[in-house]
Amino acid sequence: MTKDNKPKKYMNPYIGGVLLGLVLVFAFWVSGRGLGASGAPKSLIVAGVEAIAPAHATTAPFYKEYGSAKENPLKAWLVFQMMGVLVGGFISGAFAGRLKFKVEKSPKITNKTRLIFAVIGGILFGFGAQLGRGCTSGSALTGMAVLSVGGFVTMAAIFGTAFGLAYFARKLWI
Amino acid sequence: MGPLVVNEIISPETNLFFAFIIGIAFGFVLEINGFSSSRRLAGMFYGYDTTVLKVFFTAAIVGMIGLLFLSLFGMLDLSLIYINPTFLWSAIGGGVIMGAGFILGGYCPGTSFTAASIGKLDALAFIGGLFIGVFIFAEGYPLWEGFYKSKDLGYPLLNNLIGTSRGMMTFLMIVVALAMFWIGEWAEKKFARDDYKINQH
Repeated sequence: MTKDNKPKKYMNPYIGGVLLGLVLVFAFWVSGRGLGASGAPKSLIVAGVEAIAPAHATTAPFYKEYGSAKENPLKAWLVFQMMGVLVGGFISGAFAGRLKFKVEKSPKITNKTRLIFAVIGGILFGFGAQLGRGCTSGSALTGMAVLSVGGFVTMAAIFGTAFGLAYFARKLWI
Repeated sequence: MGPLVVNEIISPETNLFFAFIIGIAFGFVLEINGFSSSRRLAGMFYGYDTTVLKVFFTAAIVGMIGLLFLSLFGMLDLSLIYINPTFLWSAIGGGVIMGAGFILGGYCPGTSFTAASIGKLDALAFIGGLFIGVFIFAEGYPLWEGFYKSKDLGYPLLNNLIGTSRGMMTFLMIVVALAMFWIGEWAEKKFARDDYKINQH
């Protein structure tokens, strides 16, 4: 077995958790805020609608409330952070030899099934993250770190629901 | 001293530059821990791979402890950091919908971008779905605005709710996390799978 072609092992999860926690603390120290993710797609949607349908953006309540008449929505902290995530993930994947186009799934289902459910899951997560004011990163992890009640509630609701539905979705994964 | 941008030690533009750097570190740590693998993430809910639990809770308690220490040494003013507001019904409702999305899609938003960065096509499909979901929320906003804004509790902290100090709350969370780590290690042995090799991909 050659050393070069074999993808490297993942990091020890407890060390990984400590590193992730330190990144989170650093974000608070520099920017006064924690990590996030779902805010970036929201900024892109707002910017997109404002560019493509400016009339609609000035009348529809959501864009009136969250679109920014004052500043470009793409000049948002989370947009820059998520661009960094793409770069950071790519760097780690490159070093570990994990850069590869593939559809990851249980051996029991087809690629098509996996992709359809990925889109459905994405739609639900995108919608839920808006309703819950943040996703696993911004609401659950960051919220818990600052001891926000909402963070713990969202975390429990996400993981509780996923555990509750795991039996029905088992063919997708095992 | 901190937060640097709030105390005007760095400019808003520099803050955005740091957002990019922080994002690189965030994406790197997610990927090197295998959060770019949907089967690994989903493994959490079947017990065969509980990495999510270990990384997530370790990060949360390191975050809690880190904020406490920075505050203790006068390096960070905790009254100036962003605290997530609590709207109880939408926090539960949003969380339930996200949980369904997690088990069906196999990613959350941050991990889907990380996975897409190393070429996972299912992550790309998930990201496409994310945009559709956000767009549906935005367009139908008047329909759920009432629910979205109901039960506004302000900015409650768990330690105040229980009636203890920030430090004691953090200590209790460490105890809870240790118990969960023990359960996680047990589950990985009990629910191990022949077609899935843990910690290697």
